[in-house]
Amino acid sequence: PDHLRFIRSYVSLQNARCYSVKHLSVQERIEKKRKAALTGGGQLRIAAQHKRGKLTARERLELLLDPDSFVECDMFVEHRCSDFGMEADHNKYPGDSVVTGQGRINGRLVYVFSQDFTVFGGSLSGAHAQKVCKIMDQAMMVGAPVIGLNDSGGARIQEGVESLAGYADIFLRNVMASGVVPQISLIMGPCAGGAVYSPALTDFTFMVKDTSYLFITGPDVVKSVTNEDVTQEELGGAKTHTTVSGVAHRAFENDVDALLNLRDFFNFLPLSNKDPAPVTECHDPRDRPVPGLDTIVPFESTKAYDMLDIVHGIVDEREFFEIMPNYAKNIVVGFARMNGRTVGIVGNQPKVASGCLDINSSVKGARFVRFCDAFNIPIITFVDVPGFLPGTAQEYGGIIRHGAKLLYAFAEATIPKITVITRKAYGGAYDVMSSKHLRGDVNYAWPSAEVAVMGAKGAVQIIFRGKENQAEAEAEYVEKFANPFPAAVRGFVDDIIQPSTTRKRICRDLEVLASKKQTNPWKKHANIPL
Amino acid sequence: MAAYRSAAGFQRVLHAVKHVCFSKQRCGVIICRYSTVYDPNEKTFDKILIANRGEIACRVIKTCKKMGIKTVAVHSDVDSSAVHVKVADEAVCVGPAPTSKSYLNMDAIMNAIKQTGAQAVHPGYGFLSENKEFAKRLAAEGVTFIGPDTHAIQAMGDKIESKLIAKAAKVNTIPGFDGVVKDAKEAVKIAGEIGYPVMIKASAGGGGKGMRIAWNDEETSDMGFFLSGHISDICANGFCWCLQVLADKHGNALWLNERECSIQRRNQKVVEEAPSTFLDPDTRRAMGEQAVSLANAVKYSSAGTVEFLVDSKKNFYFLEMNTRLQVEHPITECITGLDLVQQMIRIAKGYKLQHKQSDIPINGWAVESRVYAEDPYKSFGLPSIGRLSQYQEPLDLPNVRVDSGIQEGSDISIYYDPMISKLVTYGKTREEALKKMEDALDNYVIRGVTHNIPLLREIIVHPRFVSGVISTKFLPEVYPDGFKGHMLTAGERRELLATAAALYVAAQLRSQKFLGDLRVSVVPAESRQWELCVELDKSVHMLGVSRSGNNYTVSEIVQNITSLVEIDGEKVEVSGEWNLASALLPITINGKHRTLQCLLRTAAGEISLQYLGTSFKLRVLSKLAASLSKHMPEKVPEDTSSILRSPMPGSVVAVSVKPGDNVAEGQEICVIEAMKMQNSMTAAKTAKVKSVHCKAGDTVGEGDLLVELE
Repeated sequence: PDHLRFIRSYVSLQNARCYSVKHLSVQERIEKKRKAALTGGGQLRIAAQHKRGKLTARERLELLLDPDSFVECDMFVEHRCSDFGMEADHNKYPGDSVVTGQGRINGRLVYVFSQDFTVFGGSLSGAHAQKVCKIMDQAMMVGAPVIGLNDSGGARIQEGVESLAGYADIFLRNVMASGVVPQISLIMGPCAGGAVYSPALTDFTFMVKDTSYLFITGPDVVKSVTNEDVTQEELGGAKTHTTVSGVAHRAFENDVDALLNLRDFFNFLPLSNKDPAPVTECHDPRDRPVPGLDTIVPFESTKAYDMLDIVHGIVDEREFFEIMPNYAKNIVVGFARMNGRTVGIVGNQPKVASGCLDINSSVKGARFVRFCDAFNIPIITFVDVPGFLPGTAQEYGGIIRHGAKLLYAFAEATIPKITVITRKAYGGAYDVMSSKHLRGDVNYAWPSAEVAVMGAKGAVQIIFRGKENQAEAEAEYVEKFANPFPAAVRGFVDDIIQPSTTRKRICRDLEVLASKKQTNPWKKHANIPL
Repeated sequence: MAAYRSAAGFQRVLHAVKHVCFSKQRCGVIICRYSTVYDPNEKTFDKILIANRGEIACRVIKTCKKMGIKTVAVHSDVDSSAVHVKVADEAVCVGPAPTSKSYLNMDAIMNAIKQTGAQAVHPGYGFLSENKEFAKRLAAEGVTFIGPDTHAIQAMGDKIESKLIAKAAKVNTIPGFDGVVKDAKEAVKIAGEIGYPVMIKASAGGGGKGMRIAWNDEETSDMGFFLSGHISDICANGFCWCLQVLADKHGNALWLNERECSIQRRNQKVVEEAPSTFLDPDTRRAMGEQAVSLANAVKYSSAGTVEFLVDSKKNFYFLEMNTRLQVEHPITECITGLDLVQQMIRIAKGYKLQHKQSDIPINGWAVESRVYAEDPYKSFGLPSIGRLSQYQEPLDLPNVRVDSGIQEGSDISIYYDPMISKLVTYGKTREEALKKMEDALDNYVIRGVTHNIPLLREIIVHPRFVSGVISTKFLPEVYPDGFKGHMLTAGERRELLATAAALYVAAQLRSQKFLGDLRVSVVPAESRQWELCVELDKSVHMLGVSRSGNNYTVSEIVQNITSLVEIDGEKVEVSGEWNLASALLPITINGKHRTLQCLLRTAAGEISLQYLGTSFKLRVLSKLAASLSKHMPEKVPEDTSSILRSPMPGSVVAVSVKPGDNVAEGQEICVIEAMKMQNSMTAAKTAKVKSVHCKAGDTVGEGDLLVELE
């Protein structure tokens, strides 16, 4: 019977072939569709895309992924719209307006989607959304990051609610994948309206300067509603979002620059929340002394220095991938490596606003700490903080609830936490900045550290209000509190260390803490003060 | 880190008994050898205060340690963690950053002496070193000034008096006018009589300060603030030689040979050597004897320097005498084996000289490069400031001495001299010393401030310098359009391109190595043939790289796109350790050993390499990335003609325009002063002033916006 079945199926296959010969053989149709898929919206539109200084969806993937590693998915998917003449053959593009699949970056798995502006302006159809959802589902199952290259005019208006549903399907997956696999959005063209919320839900949003925009509504609508005159660039360009709004985390010069930097950035990330942070080959000696750190903190406590000098000195090869370098510059966050191991760096920046914590810096820090905690990346915190920024602007803006985010993030984090107090650790801000009390694993103080409720002058004015000899009292306060001892004798810092040995100490601690296991009580989810 | 170090190999045999002194400094063991005897039984002082900062303070402290003398450093508040403070036994803060309030603050320094009980003061150079008032005050307190007597300082400090004394002592003096010029008119008249060029000196200027050369009437009358000067003719292509003398308080004096100090920019020395290539033994002796007779004439004691100008016919003329230890004294120490600081201390205590003139040798050759924090591409060196984020002296090399007062993490501030160090190399011959200097400059890691190594590295290999044809006009003559960095030959260009390509591949391969990660798919990249596009100076080269072990073979595979470099099908083999964390890149290119430095390497393929002293910007991209780059939009650079930015950190002396003014191209807009020099900033085009962002007295950083034009 098996034998017969084989013959029958063979015959039917022959019949099928005979039928299609009349038109095109399946093989030829496959070839034709593939070819069409590879050219997207056609040579004219590709030329127009290039003229705008942008690469095509496929060129971008080729550059982002290792050579010959891209495996495409859903190349034959077409949109299903039959209104407004969309059902016509010339309005169908195999693959529709997005290229999806998986590939490798330096040998490591990544799922990707790349919106194709040459097909209906990259607009999001039901089919487009379905393709994106498919790879996101798979990425979550196998545990690999998702990178989205956004270049889309928005919803496919012809499809109406189907397009909206598509967005929501993606949003849901963005949320489900959050904390499971790293998600990165690279905005390489327009991204407006509902579309902006997918990047906003992902872990990192990068932009390309001059050619990408992110906004809820464009300049025309803004004009008609609020009567403001604003250009696309001012409203939602890379500069706006990396300096003013804090929506984007970094901006790059052009497509090529952005994609090459993205490859570099990817190497810092673990593939999923079940994977450890990657360890790469390191040429920088783990016990390298950093003599420059012994003199970096100025004697006058009012004088600023650059926290980035400390970071660059300590990390492997001075390589620091800073996140949001131009937004809330009073806090520095980003990725680096210690003895080859990825770490997250958080540091107050004395050079900007004395390194105080305000609304923006708290939110910036909190989001970064939570990312690290979600993905097993140890955090090293450098503290030089005079406190929270006072004033009505901050209070009215809700510094209390925003500051609480950073406090919450550090407290909740269970990854290895190493803290170095380089100078000031004043008041509530001391508690917030990964203090021992928030389960800091290793907390160091440099000899220049001052852990106190406030600066000497303010403290003396309160303690000795109305008394004479304020200067004497101030000197006494400085002697007592403006040094690392009050914290050290109580065990709130584990050791007072020579700054030049900081790298060596941290490398050693990270090795010890690599096997750290800590869990928080069971909960459905926590309730961070949003 | 020890600031003043002298590596092994400086040992000179002077006495019958060879005496070697080892000294351990705080950070690392560096051996310093002088032939001088440090006799522990020869009692000098218990404690010396060094009224100076930086490298010279460190230099003096170093010898004090060898002599068993306790040291006191003085410092301004911004210098409180400076190296000279760390290496001294005690330190006293003498005031805030400006030198007038700290290092020149005699009251504070006198207090520091009292407070610490120092018995003697070494003034170093600059600051109070030639200040007779200071010497007097010390004498009044019974504190020894390690230097000449007040009388000698005063006599030699006055350009006119010194010349008269020299004349009387039968020292050759320059024909010309020796007197104070009343005004510009008279200056022009006298200059005309002498014949151009002429040199005008401020009567009480030290070193190169206040010395100006005028080539015509206009320049003479322009020198408004040098009116009270002294005119004499100068040889158009003069040499500047400094005769080191050493004299004790018992009427004994020695000359310790000459130093050739002709390579100068803005009348300040850059490269010095000892001995001079130009001087024959007879002239040397004649100069030495005249120098000694001048020293005797003013009853000089201590170390001093007699400067001579020499014309092409070897006629030499007395210029001035510096009554202090000079910056470039190490090269004399190298060829004579004497520790001049030790001699100064002994002499100050009243000991007789240990040596006779016949004891003074010329052993080998020594070259000194002054490494400055300055931008050599702007008028051979405009000061720059910053923090030394990485700093590594080439002390692993033999016969290299580095006198410095800074270390990794130090700040080069606007308050003080921007000298980073004095790099001295020594060899049996001049050639050997110069070769060593090449290596030393290549291995010197300085990051965080702009430095003049590109210029130094070019000078020492320039054919004219190598042949010894040096003059005070060397720089403007060799680089009439300003210094532009090293010009690559075709072969050097190939080496540079190949190194960048090999470095790129090494970095790419490493970025695929994850330790212990099982989820990395194995990429057979190791054996891959890489096709790369390397851009240098706007010309693009397609290179093929193949790798075996740590060796990379690079060849040009396709016709280069802009065809600026002819294809010769040559293969370049580059091998090395490829330690991507190291600042130094010691590699072998086609069998030749080279040390390059990697200054920058970004994810987007930018690579900056320091090669033959000059830093070159390259971009390495895969063939694919390069071909896609052609679609990238050209970014329009900021129009700089309407924006005036400060070229260096400094302070604004004067602003000559206000918003709404019309300025002509080339018109002065403001004056910026930084470290001893004033810089006139001019308009790049004729336009109306849109806005002024600075006012007189402001402190500005490099690149700060000063004035905007419409």
